[in-house]
Amino acid sequence: MAVERILKDEASEEKGDRARMASFVGAMAISDLVKTTLGPKGMDKILQSTGRGRSVTVTNDGATILKSLPIDNPAAKVLVDISKVQDDEVGDGTTSVVVLAGELLREAEKLIAMKIHPMTIISGYRMASECARDALLNKVVDNKDDAEKFRSDLMKIAMTTLSSKILSQDKEHFGKLAVDAVMRLKGSTNLEAIQIIKKPGGSLRDSFLDEGFILDKKIGIGQPKRIENAKILVANTAMDTDKVKIYGARVRVDSMTRVAEIEAAEKEKMREKVNKIIAHGINCFVNRQLIYNFPEELFADAGILAIEHADFDGIERLALVTGGEIASTFDNPESVKLGHCKLIEEIMIGEDKLIHFSGVAMGQACTIVLRGASDHVLDEAERSLHDALCVLSQTVNDSRVLLGGGWPEIVMAKDVDELARKTPGKKSHAIEAFSRALQAIPTIIADNAGLDSAELISQLRAEHHKEGSTSGIDVISGTVGDMAVLGIAESFKVKQAILLSATEAAEMILRVDEIIKSAPRKREDRM
Amino acid sequence: MALAFDDFGRPFIILKEQQRKNRLRGLDAQKANISAGKAVARILRSSLGPKGMDKMLQSPDGEVTITNDGATILEQMDVDNQIAKLMVELSRSQDYEIGDGTTGVVVLAGALLEQAEALLDRGIHPIRIAEGYEMASRIAVEHLETIAYKFEFGATNIEPLVQPCMTTLSSKIVNRYKRSLAEIAVKAVLSVADLERRDVNLDLIKVEGKVGGKLEDTELVYGIVVDKDMSHPQMPKKIEDAKIAILTCPFEPPKPKTKHKVDIDTVEKFETLRKQEQKYFDDMVQKCKDVGATLVICQWGFDDEANHLLMHRNLPAVRWVGGVELELIAIATGGRIVPRFQELTPEKLGKAGLVREKSFGTTKDRMLYIEHCANSRAVTIFIRGGNKMIIEETKRSIHDALCVARNLIRNNSIVYGGGSAEISCSLAVDVAADKYPGVEQYAIRAFADALDAIPLALAENSGLQPIETLSAVKSQQVKENNPRCGIDCNDIGITDMREQGVFETLIGKRQQILLATQVVKMILKIDDVISPSDY
Repeated sequence: MAVERILKDEASEEKGDRARMASFVGAMAISDLVKTTLGPKGMDKILQSTGRGRSVTVTNDGATILKSLPIDNPAAKVLVDISKVQDDEVGDGTTSVVVLAGELLREAEKLIAMKIHPMTIISGYRMASECARDALLNKVVDNKDDAEKFRSDLMKIAMTTLSSKILSQDKEHFGKLAVDAVMRLKGSTNLEAIQIIKKPGGSLRDSFLDEGFILDKKIGIGQPKRIENAKILVANTAMDTDKVKIYGARVRVDSMTRVAEIEAAEKEKMREKVNKIIAHGINCFVNRQLIYNFPEELFADAGILAIEHADFDGIERLALVTGGEIASTFDNPESVKLGHCKLIEEIMIGEDKLIHFSGVAMGQACTIVLRGASDHVLDEAERSLHDALCVLSQTVNDSRVLLGGGWPEIVMAKDVDELARKTPGKKSHAIEAFSRALQAIPTIIADNAGLDSAELISQLRAEHHKEGSTSGIDVISGTVGDMAVLGIAESFKVKQAILLSATEAAEMILRVDEIIKSAPRKREDRM
Repeated sequence: MALAFDDFGRPFIILKEQQRKNRLRGLDAQKANISAGKAVARILRSSLGPKGMDKMLQSPDGEVTITNDGATILEQMDVDNQIAKLMVELSRSQDYEIGDGTTGVVVLAGALLEQAEALLDRGIHPIRIAEGYEMASRIAVEHLETIAYKFEFGATNIEPLVQPCMTTLSSKIVNRYKRSLAEIAVKAVLSVADLERRDVNLDLIKVEGKVGGKLEDTELVYGIVVDKDMSHPQMPKKIEDAKIAILTCPFEPPKPKTKHKVDIDTVEKFETLRKQEQKYFDDMVQKCKDVGATLVICQWGFDDEANHLLMHRNLPAVRWVGGVELELIAIATGGRIVPRFQELTPEKLGKAGLVREKSFGTTKDRMLYIEHCANSRAVTIFIRGGNKMIIEETKRSIHDALCVARNLIRNNSIVYGGGSAEISCSLAVDVAADKYPGVEQYAIRAFADALDAIPLALAENSGLQPIETLSAVKSQQVKENNPRCGIDCNDIGITDMREQGVFETLIGKRQQILLATQVVKMILKIDDVISPSDY
């Protein structure tokens, strides 16, 4: 009697070595895919969406690439997930984490071919990652107390991050932008306070940081275009028709005159509301919702600048910069906190008019205006800058800094190798494999730059045999160089996150010996 | 036969449309059922024990789950076969009742079925086998009681509770961190446990997860963590000595359930209605303020106006808090859930020493911590981890550990793990078998063999020679008369499970044996399978 099918018709099941192979292949495919974007000479990818318009994204950012891939392989999904988490948690290193996990699995595959049990490999990997982290902790530099040095550290980190992106040509310019922006946050990691406005036109070099706040809105017609010593009321209230919110209320009238009366009352209500708002003694009113013509006219009459339909983030930021509160009722003008700024004016960037708030009370927020040749360039520039900002804001909190350019990987690999030699048993193979996986990252960076990786890595390892070496790969000149001199630095927090989550993910995939896929849910055809 | 003949010899049909049905009868049916049951057990077999492997499951929507937990694997497996569904049920009921040992119970049932197949081949009637199994399970359970060992623990001495929790966790992916997780689980259970009644309400323990950070950042919060933030971005992020009003009514104008209409036909009415509306909002906020609340937690949403009024009057508020969370907050803070503004009184407010908002990572994820509560009977275990799958798996592992701790509080007897209890029972059943005259004797002996399946699987998964190891341990048990000898999965050279610190709960083990026997009996009794054929 043959075994009956236990699973549903379209469900599939893969066991043992086949399952393991499927996950290795999937994971490695993903890591090979993003591998070529690694490092300062990494290449970009073009992604085309299947949605309407077939919009195109050109990017170098691992998380963005992986997010847009339609993936069916479950192991590959795990890698996509770690990349996403890396993006959310520290913002940068999204490619490295996937590549490292992929390399760990590639090494594991070789070990499994040597008949070493996955559990042994896992315990070896665990010991190795522990040891690698300790190695980093020993070498870490913390310049928190020295403001001058810390700033230069930040600058180095920003430039290192940016050097692998589209902004690499202007990395000094953007590095400075990013560091200035983050320093203004004064230690908070709330990146929302940094607004990025993209305006096509000009060149990337024309991008600038503005100390004030720029709102991408137009000023109402007939209202002042320039206000000094502005008092701003930031509001979230309906300025179209102020409906009666009591449920079930409806207007029922029996004659035309009544209609007119009600209409007048409605108008009166709006006028009253506007008057109340004006009574706050303001000269600028920013609302999240629409402002209809009638109230707009009233504001214009009172000489008040009214800005409608500022989105929610804009409102929150504006409230943050000007120090006002977001108001929705207007009955107590004396106790509502108003926002202040020295000057509001309309400015032109390219062809667009924007509203510029300068001399704001709370200097925590700022705006970065990005200029560039096309939307794709701007999008990529924004992503790159976002990465840099994330890393910097994390570094402000955890100011431990490492050198870059493959230096941390070789340092870790050296200590891990040491551990492998001391460990008896089969685990030592796994620990050695871990060190090989770590060295794969500088190898890939060198390969991407078209350098002789085998030669460079061996030189690098020889250099590191000396105590306290600061050598890394200098991609620009194609030799082994001193990273401390070249000013290539990375944040410890990012490296640690890469190490830990890559190991965790590799471990997770290694533990699997069976893959069961359910039948895909039937979608109704919409056509 | 589906075809019968009436008194006049005319054929008539009992089963309608019989050509469309698949039908299996007699021995064939039993064989088919057994093979299906065995197939399910085979899938889980490799997940057993500290060196067991995980399964990767892809749901119909493409979501990936990686787990080691028997109940979860079976639940998500998209099973179609009826008998296989029974096995899924079996694992689920172990999960509901005990929470742990969901893999073991299925493996045991599979082994019992396998043994039954051999007996069927020898021509023993399935009912006799079932009865033999029943007797054997009784013997095994009685024997378990004799080898069980009582663990004394107290509020200060939690070590005896931590050990069995660690045993549970050691087979999961979180095992590198099992010590701390086990301690977290035990502390959580102890803080909500009612030691007088020996009962634990696990609902009071909230398990919340957030991706990012690392497993080591997992913590036990004496209070509640809610995945929400303050309703207005400018409300204070930290409140000390909070008095919390817990509301289930929205900050919106009332919506009576009965159908009604308010007709506006004159200007005066329009005006009064407008005034009324404003007063509503004012009153609502004022009421909260009057009773002395410093924080409002609401199940529903706020109107923009109400939101601003709250902010304006310096009354921080949280909206859209789920019903279950609301209850937990009420329990933790000692407050009452208030359904109407009119019923707010100072006594109904909950108290918490500290309420704070905490943000994570680079996105704007924020969570609300309510800590130092008046009544710390509700706790939250807050899990961090490198990716979503790890978090989910950790949640399941923590659940298992919580269940183990709860079971120990209910009944503090333990048996030794590592297959030692099964081996010991197997020996006892084997000896007892000879006392039974009749065919059942064979079934009882088969039961003893089936019990060996668990240590066998353990040894196999750990990379040991299964039969060699098992026979060595068995002979050691008999020779030294020591029921604590088990499979040395971690390869440290000690077979005494007490020294290795591998413990399982008595009720868990007992339930495994009873449930597995029951299901196998049920499967054996089926002699006719009728299913609609695919066409």
